[in-house]
Amino acid sequence: MSGHDRETRELPPSQELESLDELWFQVGGTLCNLSCNHCFISCHPGNDTFGFLGIETVRKYLRESEKLGVREYYFTGGEPFLNRDMLQIIEETLAIGPATVLTNGTVFTPASIKTLREISQDSPYSLELRVSIDGYNPQTNDPIRGEGTFEQAMAGVRMLVEAGFLPIITIAQTWPQQDGPAVFESFVATLKEAGYSRPRIKILPTLHLGMEAERTRPYSRSERISPGMMENYDSSQLLCSRGRTVTDRGVAVCPLLIEAPEAHLGHSLAEAAVPFRLAHGACHTCYVHGAICSNIGGWGVD
Amino acid sequence: MPAPTERAALFGGIYSNHLALTAALAGIQTRNIDSIYCLGDLGAFGPHPDRVYPLLRDNSVKTLAGNYDDSLARDLPDCQCGYTDPRDNQFARLSYQYTYCNTSEENRAWLRTLPGEIRFELGGRRVLLCHGSPRRQNEFLWDSTTPSHFLEKLCDDYEADVIAVTHTGIKWERELPSGRLFVNVGVLGRPENDGTRQVWYTVLTAEENRIEAEFVSVQYDAGTLARQMRQEGLPEEFAQTIEDGWWTTCLEILPARERQAGRY
Ligand code: SF4
Ligand code: SF4
Ligand SMILES: [Fe+2]
Repeated sequence: MSGHDRETRELPPSQELESLDELWFQVGGTLCNLSCNHCFISCHPGNDTFGFLGIETVRKYLRESEKLGVREYYFTGGEPFLNRDMLQIIEETLAIGPATVLTNGTVFTPASIKTLREISQDSPYSLELRVSIDGYNPQTNDPIRGEGTFEQAMAGVRMLVEAGFLPIITIAQTWPQQDGPAVFESFVATLKEAGYSRPRIKILPTLHLGMEAERTRPYSRSERISPGMMENYDSSQLLCSRGRTVTDRGVAVCPLLIEAPEAHLGHSLAEAAVPFRLAHGACHTCYVHGAICSNIGGWGVD
Repeated sequence: MPAPTERAALFGGIYSNHLALTAALAGIQTRNIDSIYCLGDLGAFGPHPDRVYPLLRDNSVKTLAGNYDDSLARDLPDCQCGYTDPRDNQFARLSYQYTYCNTSEENRAWLRTLPGEIRFELGGRRVLLCHGSPRRQNEFLWDSTTPSHFLEKLCDDYEADVIAVTHTGIKWERELPSGRLFVNVGVLGRPENDGTRQVWYTVLTAEENRIEAEFVSVQYDAGTLARQMRQEGLPEEFAQTIEDGWWTTCLEILPARERQAGRY
């Protein structure tokens, strides 16, 4: 039908970089000590599609970011704390602005926590640690993240809390919507029991990419943003309108699409400040849930 | 010391705390102030929102609109704080509904006339007042998450030597490497999560080569305010914050550093 033809020929909307507020660093690449079965970039111990970022690379982009007025710095992977430059990277970042690290919480040592605490106390800026846990007990977490990972991650959380940190527990929603409030309450109870008296919790949708596409399903063709959908939409909800992501292959549009060749936009922040076509299924998840990557905002259980 | 050439008082986040506003205005009268500015968020949280408006008008307070004022003015269903935590959301809703229902149509019409920003000159410096940030009414600018290079860019982009905001509820100031000044004036409506009852306003004074920001503490009858809040059926958690100085709700927006400094 002609209507259908017109729809499929319509180009996806193009999103400008409105202001570079969030600079993300893929410091861990696709290397991880875990191999979660919902990982949207399929990280595991042997996946070196993307590698670690060294301190020199991070430094170069930090310098460029100062001139551009970046507001916040984020670090992700893979597992950032497998990168042996990580503590120094955090220290140099915290000298100029706030830093957030997304970690699985399983590779902390008493020594690394002590250093983190010192680095954090020496900075005027906030250090946020986001620890991923996907269930409130081993029975709900370990089938997704791997045998023993609940206890390992909770041990990390306990060490952080004892050191005075208030980690943000980041949970991928793998339960049916209607279970939301009950699951949320169970998480709060578990964390309080572990000594985390005022838990901070962020719940995220899963992305049907990488391993998660196999665990559940890939995006369907109808899960796309059409140009009409952008009318009266607050585009600041989309990370690509206010952020870019540094990988060991240059600057990508966002941390979600690093496996798509067209998501790689250049080799400096200036070069990567070009519009991007929101042609991906993951763009639809961003659109529906909003601000899923940032510390504040995103998807509640409300 | 050279005599100041000009002096302005700034406050924001009244949150219906008419008693703190009255006390602040009395203090301002004694300080040789040329102009008084309110940076928005007149309602929320406290009792009897309509009591704030005559105080502002009778004292010729130049007022701009905050996110709360914008919501009330446009009959929006919520306060645009963007909470996602279910508990925060519930409290935000209670407070917004109470404020909406107890703000007269006349006062909501007045809110519709408020500008989003105010500019003036102080000792030859360009001062820009806004609610959250110059680029977004509901942007939170906290001390621990706002880099100096970002503030320099705001001063460049918005052509200002001094930028003053409120919205977060906690005051702070930073003199930038370029010599320009950023101030979050804090709020009059509730204590700043420090375990005391005091609230704050800011005095900007033009000194010979710079603008000086002074934070002024306001003592008022917090016990009476808490009593009025309970009489009006506002949440006990809110009254408790007024009495003991710790935030009990809407904690999700706090960055790590500011959250660590509080009790809850
Ligand atoms: S989800 Fe996180 S912890 Fe799990 S494999 Fe991927 S990067 Fe590693
Ligand atoms: S996945 Fe999200 S952040 Fe990335 S390009 Fe698409 S809309 Fe933007
Ligand atoms: Fe506000």
